[in-house]
Amino acid sequence: MKKYTKKEYGKMVERSAPKTSMFQNLLWAFFIGGAICVVGQLISQYFRNRGWSIENVASGTSIIMVFLGALFTGLGLYDKLAKFAGAGTIVPITGFANAIVSPAMEFKREGYILGVAGKMFVVAGPVLVYGITTSVIAGVIYYLIR
Amino acid sequence: MTNLMTYFNAFWVGGIICVIGQILIDKTKMTPARILVLFVTMGVVLTLIGVYEPLVNLGGAGATVPITGFGYALAKGAQKAVQTYGLLGAFTGGVTATAGGIAAVILFGYLAAVAFNPKEK
Repeated sequence: MKKYTKKEYGKMVERSAPKTSMFQNLLWAFFIGGAICVVGQLISQYFRNRGWSIENVASGTSIIMVFLGALFTGLGLYDKLAKFAGAGTIVPITGFANAIVSPAMEFKREGYILGVAGKMFVVAGPVLVYGITTSVIAGVIYYLIR
Repeated sequence: MTNLMTYFNAFWVGGIICVIGQILIDKTKMTPARILVLFVTMGVVLTLIGVYEPLVNLGGAGATVPITGFGYALAKGAQKAVQTYGLLGAFTGGVTATAGGIAAVILFGYLAAVAFNPKEK
């Protein structure tokens, strides 16, 4: 039997893997990502029509979108969509909810403290660490230059 | 008519932000976690240098629903609080502005994980 180097083997795997063209991926990401944002626009328009302030509209919209992302992840529908939509489902805030629910569900057998509650933050933790850290730094910079 | 335009703008602005993420995934094999961290950080930076705000004015939810919009809300909250409270605001503003979203993520994330089980793949 012929021996393959790691590089050759990698090339073989790449060749035999089902080809989804990059253009197709981009199209899916564009349409699904765009569609999720339209849902967000509908929700924020509803709150705006009720006379809410800009800040409250933003918070309310995030809360509903997160709820929907968590619910559809729990139902197993979000990951089905993610197979096609890729970044179209990862980048919106519904994808952030998905990144919290998926590992938390997966590790439930490890208990409700270190399993569910701990694994919730496998992805969300880094997002909060980098988001909040840079925002504090941004606030300090803004304080110095304003 | 203008109403219809806001939805159209939300669609393509949000779509393009997701396409940027997809290009990064396809070209660099970045994991979703790295994409999310990069995008939230970029949201903060672009807001600080004044680039993201016009995008929000144009795209509405198309710019605020992507995770870059979370960075935008953090940075904008910090800036606003700095205007009122000075340096203290840099610490309180970001999390205050995003408190609703963060609480929702924790509450609904926990409830969904408890209520549902992973589907057979």
